[in-house]
Amino acid sequence: MRGFRSHNRPPGLVPGSTGPRVVASRFLPFTLRRSGPRHKAGVTIVVGMTLALTASAFADSKLPPADLAHTQLADPTQETRAKALMDTLRCLVCQGQSIADSDADMAGDMRALVRQRIAAGESPGEVRKWLVQRYGDYVTYDPPLSWVTAPLWLAPLVLLGIGILIARRNFARRKP
Amino acid sequence: MRRVLIWAPLALFALVFALVAGGLIRPGDRTVHSAMVGKPLPALVLPALLPGKPGVSTAELKGKPRLLNVFASWCLPCIAEAPQLMKLKEAGVEIDGIAIRDTSEAVQAFLARNGDPYTRIGDDKVSRAQLALGSSGVPETFVINAEGRIAYQHIGDIREEHVAELLAQLEKAK
Repeated sequence: MRGFRSHNRPPGLVPGSTGPRVVASRFLPFTLRRSGPRHKAGVTIVVGMTLALTASAFADSKLPPADLAHTQLADPTQETRAKALMDTLRCLVCQGQSIADSDADMAGDMRALVRQRIAAGESPGEVRKWLVQRYGDYVTYDPPLSWVTAPLWLAPLVLLGIGILIARRNFARRKP
Repeated sequence: MRRVLIWAPLALFALVFALVAGGLIRPGDRTVHSAMVGKPLPALVLPALLPGKPGVSTAELKGKPRLLNVFASWCLPCIAEAPQLMKLKEAGVEIDGIAIRDTSEAVQAFLARNGDPYTRIGDDKVSRAQLALGSSGVPETFVINAEGRIAYQHIGDIREEHVAELLAQLEKAK
């Protein structure tokens, strides 16, 4: 997918196109294939509803994407750092995707923001901190260690400890 | 010991069942709240979008409580909340707008159709102000207090039942 965000995007991916609409076009043939010819009216309704839903719920602006949304930075080291950071930031309108993977308008604007700040000399940690100040830890896929996130980091260690204890007890019992 | 343990699988099942049923009956809150509530407005200077309507400079948004509405002409819930914004304006509330990824023509047509409650409208072509505010979509409405701090965030369109709460928050923000 790396090439998608460079200068030479494939002709199918026009700047105004958005993630949800791509999903919709992927789902439509599936709906059509499943229903036989007898359910033609049903198919029309399903297709119509799908289109209506995607059109309203995922309305996006018609403005072109921000300058650095799809354009890599000229400096390859900076671009590598920006890309690594983008992979660990959550797209706030898609919620299950990183901003590097999402084609939503807002993800594009967030990529532009990350690249601008990295190009201006900020470290990835500073950019992440700026976003966390605004959206909370929710925006990062790399949660910092705090009282709230501590179980996330400590639970595996605790479980491992319990496992070792159980194993030791069982092996000890077997000895005569 | 064994007498008690025999009930453990059933207890575990009941626990998982309660967890799943609870999630189905009352789904978790998926809205992304801004972490900027309680903090001063970030310094932003947004140019004017419409002729004759000033842009938004957050340094000016002080002195009395007001609403800062993040909207767009391409956003359908923004049409739904327009009557409520007009009502708030008639109640004497100053409302400033930030137009996200929009053009002057589209906003003019939008305001001609749905009414214009805005004192200022700032142009935010690449969502810079939206990101700085910790806003994750349109429409969103922030209550700004007299000191220029963000006092409250309303996510989604303002419906009739939300107007009283916003007025109460504005009263509190004096």
